[in-house]
Amino acid sequence: MAKEQLTGGAAPALVVSHLTKRFGDRSAFEDVSFEVARGEVFGFLGPNGAGKTTTVRTLGTLIAPTSGSAVVAGIPLSAATGAEIRQLISVMPENPGLYVRLTVQENLELFAGLYGLASPGARIAGVLETVNMAPRARDLCGRLSKGLRQRVGLARALLSDPVVMFLDEPTSGLDPVASRDVHDLIASLRERGVTVFLTTHRLEEAERLCDRVAILNTRLLAVGPPEQLRTQLFRSSLVVETAARLPAPEAVFTQDVGVEEWTPEGDATYVLTVAEPRMAAPRVTRALVAAGADVVSIAVAHHSLEDVYLELVEADPEAGR
Amino acid sequence: MIGLDVGRLVAVARKEAREYRRTPFIIGAMAVLPLIFMINPVITIFAIGATVKAATVTKAVGATFLVLLVVPAVIPASIAAYSVVGERDQGTLEPLLTTPVRRGELLIGKALVAAVPAVGIAYILFALAVILAHFFAGNPTVAATLTEGSHILAQALFAPLLAVWSIGVGTAISARASDVRVAQQLGTLASLPPLGVTALVSFQIVPLGVWTAVGFGLGLLVIDIAMWRVVLAMFDRERLITGSRAVKTTGVGPGDRVAPGEVRRIQA
Repeated sequence: MAKEQLTGGAAPALVVSHLTKRFGDRSAFEDVSFEVARGEVFGFLGPNGAGKTTTVRTLGTLIAPTSGSAVVAGIPLSAATGAEIRQLISVMPENPGLYVRLTVQENLELFAGLYGLASPGARIAGVLETVNMAPRARDLCGRLSKGLRQRVGLARALLSDPVVMFLDEPTSGLDPVASRDVHDLIASLRERGVTVFLTTHRLEEAERLCDRVAILNTRLLAVGPPEQLRTQLFRSSLVVETAARLPAPEAVFTQDVGVEEWTPEGDATYVLTVAEPRMAAPRVTRALVAAGADVVSIAVAHHSLEDVYLELVEADPEAGR
Repeated sequence: MIGLDVGRLVAVARKEAREYRRTPFIIGAMAVLPLIFMINPVITIFAIGATVKAATVTKAVGATFLVLLVVPAVIPASIAAYSVVGERDQGTLEPLLTTPVRRGELLIGKALVAAVPAVGIAYILFALAVILAHFFAGNPTVAATLTEGSHILAQALFAPLLAVWSIGVGTAISARASDVRVAQQLGTLASLPPLGVTALVSFQIVPLGVWTAVGFGLGLLVIDIAMWRVVLAMFDRERLITGSRAVKTTGVGPGDRVAPGEVRRIQA
């Protein structure tokens, strides 16, 4: 199947249906189902041992699922279609796995040859330019820092102009500057319409880069855009801090100020569950002032993707494994 | 048998050659081992006096012949034994296996680069032995015996066939081993048994003639083909990556998927 056909159609880049992988009695992941649209940056989150890397290896045709099915880059996943799928995807493992005795250029020449690229020289120059490694093309990979090796790994993953890129912990072990470079690159891939399947431990990274995230803990716990997962999991709330503990908080918060529930948090801080924070905040402030309280601050509580992640993973029975 | 893409095969072979060139251990082994193996033939050739009987000369040349055949069997064995487990050890196997390269292209590409220098060195050593015998041997029948048609044919056939065996068995061990050193030791040991076949002719247990050489060559060829079929079957991506063998896949139809844009919390 031509790459143009796959990139031009409206079919999802990945369709995963009840996919399960077991090693003996142990499940690496179980009954996982989701779809990833073309051009989407899809985050795959989960604790250590959740099955993220095994999922990537399965979708990357390195290992066979125990049950279930998947369509990768428009091709049904099977033993017979492995080479065809691998022609259309690229996988960057957590360890970029470069040949340390070869130069950057030679590493990329090998992979250009394996993908059968028509004009490898121009393509290699292009991807090295993309990851800002052109001046280091003749350096031995063994002499590069971890950050630079990661960039070469990314260049290698870009080399075949893949329909789907699997990036397994691409910023693992990188310093903040190198991580930012990788983030910028992933953002530019999204602009170019490349589908990116990103597994990461860094939740702020997923929140910043991903259109949607899936949270896996052997079983899939949630899938959706980070913002919508937050809305679904956490009700809107206000955090009120007063100068001193309120003598009768119940009398203030049970007035008609739009507070559904309230809980004290610390000495003089109260978390109020509200339906509409922007409407409730002025009314709560007025009620507090009327009750003679000195209001230090009132703010809409912000729940990060980390809160969503912890809420789901800690509530999961598998968490105690 | 297997579809091979020449471009991918060449890409693998070129990478291997570049790595060998920059690995002092491999270059050292390829340079030093043949020199060590040449010591015995040279001493043997020079030690044969002018009056020594023809039967003794034939026996000595046979021993020389066997030593020369150890080279293509032993040199590529440790290289082949490193080929897969070494990739796994340095973390390069997984990226390699995620490309469209097929196992045949990968293994044959690697094998070619191990075989060509080993066979080349074996031929050079044989030529060197002939030249030394011709100009320096005390007994003129030594050179004549070495350059008999059957000896040249046997050398020409056995050297590549022994190398192919050695590389195949080394690769098979490499695909299953978890430690580079163990793989190399086992690979070297496992490369030796086919030398038993050549020993039969070297020690005149089976008299060497053209048809004997061809017959033994065909026998080695059959063994090589059978062994390489086993090697290719043993190369299992899943086992190489995870250490366990793939189990039968059972597919199911389209299921309850979470479509793009949809948000869902899935109950555990």
